[in-house]
Amino acid sequence: MSSSEINKNEVDIVIGALNADLTQFLNSWRPFFSGFHLIIVKDPELKDDLNIPEGFDVDVYSKPDIEKVVGAANAAMFSGYSCRYFGYLVSKKKYIVSIDDDCVPAKDPKGVLVDAVSQHVTNLENPATPLFFNTLYDPYCEGADFVRGYPFSLRSGVPCAASCGLWLNLADLDAPTQALKTEQRNTSYVDAVMTVPLKAMLPISGINIAFNRELVGPALVPALRIAGEGKVRWETLEDVWCGMCLKHISDHLGYGVKTGLPYVWRNERGDAVESLRKKWEGMKLMEKSVPFFEALKLPESAVNVEDCVVELAKAVKEQLGSDDPAFTQAADAMVKWVQLWNSVNSSG
Amino acid sequence: MVDPANTVGIPVNPTPLLKDELDIVIPTIRNLDFLEMWRPFLQPYHLIIVQDGDPTKKIHVPEGYDYELYNRNDINRILGPKASCISFKDSACRCFGYMVSKKKYIFTIDDDCFVAKDPAGKAVNALEQHIKNLLCPSTPWFFNTLYDPYREGADFVRGYPFSLREGVSTAVSHGLWLNIPDYDAPTQLVKPKERNARYVDAVMTIPKGTLFPMCGMNLAFDRDLIGPAMYFGLMGDGQPIGRYDDMWAGWCIKVICDHLGLGVKTGLPYIYHSKASNPFVNLKKEYKGIFWQEDIIPFFQNVKLSKEATTVQQCYIELSKMVKEKLSSLDPYFDKLADAMVTWIEAWDELNPPATA
Repeated sequence: MSSSEINKNEVDIVIGALNADLTQFLNSWRPFFSGFHLIIVKDPELKDDLNIPEGFDVDVYSKPDIEKVVGAANAAMFSGYSCRYFGYLVSKKKYIVSIDDDCVPAKDPKGVLVDAVSQHVTNLENPATPLFFNTLYDPYCEGADFVRGYPFSLRSGVPCAASCGLWLNLADLDAPTQALKTEQRNTSYVDAVMTVPLKAMLPISGINIAFNRELVGPALVPALRIAGEGKVRWETLEDVWCGMCLKHISDHLGYGVKTGLPYVWRNERGDAVESLRKKWEGMKLMEKSVPFFEALKLPESAVNVEDCVVELAKAVKEQLGSDDPAFTQAADAMVKWVQLWNSVNSSG
Repeated sequence: MVDPANTVGIPVNPTPLLKDELDIVIPTIRNLDFLEMWRPFLQPYHLIIVQDGDPTKKIHVPEGYDYELYNRNDINRILGPKASCISFKDSACRCFGYMVSKKKYIFTIDDDCFVAKDPAGKAVNALEQHIKNLLCPSTPWFFNTLYDPYREGADFVRGYPFSLREGVSTAVSHGLWLNIPDYDAPTQLVKPKERNARYVDAVMTIPKGTLFPMCGMNLAFDRDLIGPAMYFGLMGDGQPIGRYDDMWAGWCIKVICDHLGLGVKTGLPYIYHSKASNPFVNLKKEYKGIFWQEDIIPFFQNVKLSKEATTVQQCYIELSKMVKEKLSSLDPYFDKLADAMVTWIEAWDELNPPATA
């Protein structure tokens, strides 16, 4: 689906600004962002003014705006990488595309710049196929189809809730891995989109992601904060936790999550070794999260996204709360998030 | 437009991995000319040729290949009455080759599959890739968004639990096909000209609990880990169905691998599939399967093997009982198939007695 076929009025591009100077970032994305409405949310802890080049249709939100909408007490929920969630909250569009501000367009193997926005929207507009694995990956793309042995009753697929893209150059590895392999860069362009199967868990990265806000908006929860969370991706897990919740809820409600294309080119930022020096809480929290999500069964009565988030939060509090205060805080944040979502979006 | 690789001039692999631990099983009714093209990659290995159809026909094997060949008479002689479980006039007969092999690994390939080219134009050594896939772990319990984490240049992504990074043993490596894709008859009829030109440079583990359509055209597996479950069912002559042999095996091995904590990979390597079979003939063969699979899939999705089933054979026998119990009402064929599954295991154990201490 080319950029011309996408209804740009259905898309908001939400950028969390952790850097003040967005000139290079926005100029590099200009060919693919133009014509779209942008929501830029400034990290409330960022002191400098944002530098935004001309020519974009953009709404900028900073700390005062956040506090006005959610109240000063709740503003902390949107600090650091989580500032983008405020953009999700106030958006009025069907689809959201979100890219970290240290990424630029990647080139495909033919040397052509990748229109990540178009690819994400295409992924979201086409069905997902979580109930049976298609060995030729995305059956709806040009030149592919369902393979022999794929049940016909499953070929219409289910609605796609999220599209998880990937990264060339600096892949989204954790600090220990990147610190060990300081020179490693991702040069492998895997030309596929696929649906992550039902019940399969995965680490969803917030670096390059899109989702159907109308379908699953409240499930994108800014909830898990690790102690000493920092301003580089190596020092946060908020997106991974959010992704685990999103996948579980999508599975429960019969939606799909895709992964693969599009790629973005992720630039150097931070120092993996430096991040390693901080006691990395994230590792422990992930270990505890996995068996929890694996065993979790949301009740049949949870039939909409908000109910699912609330039930999930309850389960987190009950089963993980005693393991680590971070989980209790996450559960509380999830409940608060749903309340905020409903109050901000109630006028609809 | 996709072309096969030109392998003329490529020297025979001087360091063939697992040369004495792997057999290549090829079912055929016509000829094995395709092996000429595969020489650089396959010649060092031992072949097991399962000749289907007319046993009096002489199958010519290209010079230089070391092989054993079995036709229908051999199968009947070796298995006696148990030969009833081996299909006739269908490539499903290839599983006889798995049974008689004495090696740890099997690579099976169809006789219309040639060497593919990667995007750089280089000839793909499919067997070498399969071996790499089998020798390194799988990760069925948590999906890695950068695909195979053990591959050169890749790794586990942020958030991937450290306790799951050792992975599990890989039982099966499922490869793909450029040019003629493995479509069913209805799709072939609708898209007769579609060719797969997309080279997806990834290997990935199929998550636990997920079923997939396993194609037998380009497949490798660890016979020690999963061999007895690789029965390709009753197809072809005298049977109501065809072109579901590998599918059936794929569903069986996946539930058993999930139960035993083994991994199944899919993706690279690609081969170049040259021959499109007749879609009308295929439709006749697949027809019943298209309806039956609607019931078969939920059956496999709900299979729960018992804790006591700790070997592949035990799992498979349990599965055969469930097939008899739950699928016979679909068609009496499944009653026969369940019996054949048991016969297969009996034959397997006879030909592969446990090593004496």
